[in-house]
Amino acid sequence: MSSIRQQPFRTAVLVLVWGWLLFLVLAPNLLVVGASVMTRDPGSFLSLPLNLDAYRQLMDPLYLDVFLHSLYMAAVTTLACLLIGYPFAWALSKVEKRRQLLLIFFLIVPFWTNSLVRTYALKLILATNGLINSALLSLGWIDEPVRMLYTEGAVIIGLVYLLLPFMILPLYSVFDDLREELVMASHDLGAGRFATFVHVIVPLTLPGVLAGVMLVLLPAMGLFFVPDILGGSRNLLVGNVIKNQFLDARNWPFGAAASIVLTLTMAVLMLAHRISKQRIGEEGSA
Amino acid sequence: MPTPLFVFGAFWKNRPLFMRAGPMTQTLLSLSNLTKQFGGKTVLDSLDLDIYDGEFITLLGPSGCGKTTLLRLIAGFEQPDCGAISLSGVDLTGTPPEGRPLNTVFQHYALFPHMSVFDNVAYGLKMEKRPADEIRDRVGEALAMVQLQDYARRKPQQLSGGQQQRVAIARAVVKRPRLLLLDEPLSALDYKLRRTMQIELKRLQRELGITFVFVTHDQEEALSMSDRVVVLKDGVVQQLGTPREVYERPANLFTARFVGETNFFPGTVDAINGGEIIVDVFGLKRTLRKPGFELHPGQTVHVLLRPEDIRVLEPSDEQGLAGRIVERNYKGSTLDSVIHLDDGTEVLASEFFDEDDPAFDYRLGEPVRVSWVDGWEWLLPEESTVANIGSLADDV
Repeated sequence: MSSIRQQPFRTAVLVLVWGWLLFLVLAPNLLVVGASVMTRDPGSFLSLPLNLDAYRQLMDPLYLDVFLHSLYMAAVTTLACLLIGYPFAWALSKVEKRRQLLLIFFLIVPFWTNSLVRTYALKLILATNGLINSALLSLGWIDEPVRMLYTEGAVIIGLVYLLLPFMILPLYSVFDDLREELVMASHDLGAGRFATFVHVIVPLTLPGVLAGVMLVLLPAMGLFFVPDILGGSRNLLVGNVIKNQFLDARNWPFGAAASIVLTLTMAVLMLAHRISKQRIGEEGSA
Repeated sequence: MPTPLFVFGAFWKNRPLFMRAGPMTQTLLSLSNLTKQFGGKTVLDSLDLDIYDGEFITLLGPSGCGKTTLLRLIAGFEQPDCGAISLSGVDLTGTPPEGRPLNTVFQHYALFPHMSVFDNVAYGLKMEKRPADEIRDRVGEALAMVQLQDYARRKPQQLSGGQQQRVAIARAVVKRPRLLLLDEPLSALDYKLRRTMQIELKRLQRELGITFVFVTHDQEEALSMSDRVVVLKDGVVQQLGTPREVYERPANLFTARFVGETNFFPGTVDAINGGEIIVDVFGLKRTLRKPGFELHPGQTVHVLLRPEDIRVLEPSDEQGLAGRIVERNYKGSTLDSVIHLDDGTEVLASEFFDEDDPAFDYRLGEPVRVSWVDGWEWLLPEESTVANIGSLADDV
């Protein structure tokens, strides 16, 4: 092809992108798929023959319970992030442009600290002799420490704390794109605040909601170190199961199968996101 | 072609008020003492304005003159710092936009991108909780009126700019408002389409009988469409009158410069004889009609002449002032030229081609003489605030 000689930079970029996708995305995922249909082997981790035992094992009520409980905690986390993030992003988009950048900067600053460290910090705050309990005790509002650590609530607080920015940023992006003229047009045509919210603002920010849900729900099922630090033994995530299968139980096929189910869940969500975006149209009416 | 408006007019009949003929002097919307400031800057300054029922009134001014703010106050998107807005005697000042019986056509149309054309137009009626079949009929009629009945299922982004504009108009008039506010609705369209839409809007306004309040910075658009023009600058009405009054008898230098092109000649009053005055213009003694403002001998005045009032004469002519052609622009129906007088003054002239001399043209540098017919000029007094007029040319 003559274009290769004519556009060496373009070719280099394409090779890099495709190479990256092939070797660092497609190949590892294919390896995981391969691992999930192989047999567990104590010596070399994996062996033939191929079978679907790992997937059958996922149907085990014990793991189904873990999966459902994990899904439940992730759903609560996502809902909490949405309830906090939606008004937050809306308000953020109303702030004067220069302040907006500063506020977004503050939102991103915590990322500079390792999330493991931040989770330990949260542990210090929630612990029996932690910051909150000491404060409440010294104020005389409670007589004995409230148990917060190693509860489902603690895990959810941890997940919300870590994942909230991932909800706010895509929401901020759609609110930033939402043209004030459309809201004015809705009022002009006789719609009050609530009707405008339901008929104009929600539909137009839905892609941001779905993007935020995608960015929060899936990681919320996978961030295994949060229950490890804050949740005790009962509040496991799918991420914990996967991690345990690979590192402790040495059951790679089962871990791989669990991981694939998680990936497929993500794919379904992305499809929903795409459809909702197509319904709204790529571009505003201007 | 039978106009689709005919159909629309039929269902409009239940409001005979709209179709009333005769002089339009009944006040529909009354603005009194409206003042609005943004961050300490006065955008509207004690503005009074009566808008008549059924008229096409245009708010004309450069950007930042307050015309859009005025429109937003009328629509209810902004609240005035003081003053009152009343519609047919009912005070609207505190009423939110959704409670006002008027609708807006936005500059960028503001069509809801997630709704079809039909749903966009139906939105206002759905908010009124009209029965479904009434909504279907009225939306159908409104779309027929703007010749878009076949596009009801499309999304706004699948339409051209002109079609989106029509949807925006249909959406605004389907609610049968008393007053339609149009915020530079044609500014995003190309020239040809803009001309077509101007004619269409004008026809729509005439046949529906709705009062149109039209905002524009395009003086040509304002003159050709309006019954009355409000010239605004810095939140203050400079002039309110018919397009002819505004163009031929500008109230001040701002209006004269903003609306159309004008030659300003400095004049000195030599003598006043009853209804006539003698004015010295570049050494020529011209006998002119006495203007409406106070005059005394020795006073300097501005003698305003539109380019089409200028007569360009042969260099051998005895009348007028000597000069040279420095620029010529062929405009199709007119030949526009710029002439430098001997003292450096620049004069704009616009002459129509006539049938006797279709090849009529000028050479650059050609010597000519410049004159005008006495009585075609317009006089304005010297203004103390000349300083803030200089920057105007950029805004036009």
